[in-house]
Amino acid sequence: MRIIAHLIRKEFLQIRRNRTFLPMIFLMPVVQMLILAYAATLEMKNINLCFSDQDLSPASRGIQAAFRGSPFFNVMGNTFDPAEAESCLKDGSADIVIVIPKGFEKDLEKERKAGVQLLVNAINGSKASIGSAYTQQIITGWYRTYQQAAGGSIHGARAPLIQAIPAFWFNPELNYQVFMVPGILVILVTMIGMMLSALNIVREKEMGTLEQINVTPIKKHQFIIGKLLPFWIIALFELGFGLVVGKLLFDIPMQGSLWLLFGVAGIYLLAVQGAGLLISNTARTQQQAMFVMFFFNIIFIMMSGLFTPVDSMPVWAQYFNYINPISYFMTVIRMILLKGSGFTDIQIPFFSLMALALIMMSLSIWRYRKTV
Amino acid sequence: MEDRAVIVQSLSKTFDKVRALHEVSFEVSRGEIFGMIGPDGAGKTTLFRILSTLMLPGSGQAEVLGTDVVKNYRKLRKRIGYMPGRFSLYPDLTVRENLEFYATIFGTTPAENYHLIRDIYIQIEPFSKRRAGALSGGMKQKLALCCALIHKPDLLILDEPTTGVDAVSRKEFWEMLLKLKQGGMSILVSTPYMDEAAQCDNIALIQEGRILVTAAPHEVTASFSLPLLGVRSNAPWLLLNDLRQWPYAESVQPFGEFIHVIAQPGHGEPQALLSFLKEKGHPDPEVRVLQAGIEDCFMHLMGAPSHAI
Repeated sequence: MRIIAHLIRKEFLQIRRNRTFLPMIFLMPVVQMLILAYAATLEMKNINLCFSDQDLSPASRGIQAAFRGSPFFNVMGNTFDPAEAESCLKDGSADIVIVIPKGFEKDLEKERKAGVQLLVNAINGSKASIGSAYTQQIITGWYRTYQQAAGGSIHGARAPLIQAIPAFWFNPELNYQVFMVPGILVILVTMIGMMLSALNIVREKEMGTLEQINVTPIKKHQFIIGKLLPFWIIALFELGFGLVVGKLLFDIPMQGSLWLLFGVAGIYLLAVQGAGLLISNTARTQQQAMFVMFFFNIIFIMMSGLFTPVDSMPVWAQYFNYINPISYFMTVIRMILLKGSGFTDIQIPFFSLMALALIMMSLSIWRYRKTV
Repeated sequence: MEDRAVIVQSLSKTFDKVRALHEVSFEVSRGEIFGMIGPDGAGKTTLFRILSTLMLPGSGQAEVLGTDVVKNYRKLRKRIGYMPGRFSLYPDLTVRENLEFYATIFGTTPAENYHLIRDIYIQIEPFSKRRAGALSGGMKQKLALCCALIHKPDLLILDEPTTGVDAVSRKEFWEMLLKLKQGGMSILVSTPYMDEAAQCDNIALIQEGRILVTAAPHEVTASFSLPLLGVRSNAPWLLLNDLRQWPYAESVQPFGEFIHVIAQPGHGEPQALLSFLKEKGHPDPEVRVLQAGIEDCFMHLMGAPSHAI
């Protein structure tokens, strides 16, 4: 125990000495949250719109007015010539072109149906589909008011309208930040807990200090605990710091028990630190270790449901996530913070993480004996 | 107490296809300085790593301080002080912190064994708050020696401790080793410097994983039976070429200002060589009979590994 305490003391001394490390610990959560939560948003704003109004009727002007009133759209221009509107799409100044054909209002009154054409720039698929859905919503909305204004008098019998009114639970304002901030915290905790502790071990190898350590009576388990525990502590501290930043900047909800969250984080860290230790055993240089971890982390993070829900992934991807610790923690942190889930709700990911931690740790310690 | 600090019997080690050590056997007595002399890549580091319990031997036996290096490695680690060839202390910790760290993990304090390191530590004490990485080469080695000594080991294993260190620091370092020896410490040291070999009680010449000879330095030189001539002139390059054509030359090696010529038995008279050189057109060559040094012996052995001395 005394030796472990000395090893940990030495480790903290070195961390404090490290000029990049300390500022990074405090800077990283703030910058990552600001950038990811503000800039990397999936919410649609600033969709550029161009009209080609060939009808020039009160109805077509009504549609245009409806779009001008929406916060999601910027109406860039209106041209009679459809070719000119198309060129707006081509040169990128418009995301969507709405073509209102000649005789639109007349058709609407006489035959109760009329069409407008939407030309959508679909380079970014999700932006295109969300944008066109918004556009249709606004046109439908405009039609409803148009009919009401006509008092239903035009055609006597009015088609019944079914309106579905959604209520968004756990994130009523569909606030993207509320969804993203917990995810970013997971990435932060992973980077510090796993990457830094693994790189630290390889660094000792690289500098040759491991050779000097190996001729001392320090036992393997003392060395491993001495290496992992400091970063385990720092990662949990970072989680706490990140939660405070998230609360102050974005007012993220904290519905569930923070004790439970930190408990899960502690176990999660053991799993990823075990993986990091395993990589550091095989790598000879920090560069190698960095590269291998980068490879795995990118895959595991993309699969984890940071940006896109795991449920909408293909079946094989969902199976893959059974062995993805990041995915479990990503689910649990959102459940606890946003939904206020208790221990019984998160039992399955909790015990899965525990099993992963046990497997990774024993595997890496077993390998450690063999290689060093 | 065991009177041998190290007993190595037909130790071999192979990496993939490279033979690093081949049937190496030698003994180190208690309280002596034993020098392992050989060029880079001779297998010195591999041998020392095995003796320091850092590496498993391929085959053969190695006993250090009466303890088997494989079976009882844990017990052994408390009793040896190992200094790797590469600087292996924490560069981001200060001199004092390094010393304290290594003392505490051996369950001791710098104060407890201060008498052992005092003479060296005094020299680096003015820099005790400086980070180890910012020390000069000689200072680094002195600190490393302090850290290897701090737990009062019975045997010091030093892998090329003076390589890349300035001449003054080298001299100071060896003075320190001699002092430690007087205190009863056994020391196993490797070096590529032949002049350091003379300071050892016994040396082993090692090349390509084989020990060529093990003896006291004066025995090594005394057993050199061939005549040795030193030659000097104003045109050393021409001289070297002409000497190689001398029919009685066993080997010709430049050694600083003199060229060392090992002659065949019975041809050690300077006069014969002198007249040969005059014939070749060297106006005023100087030829004298020399006493063979360790380096002459080593070069000669290296050239003909199968020869007995």
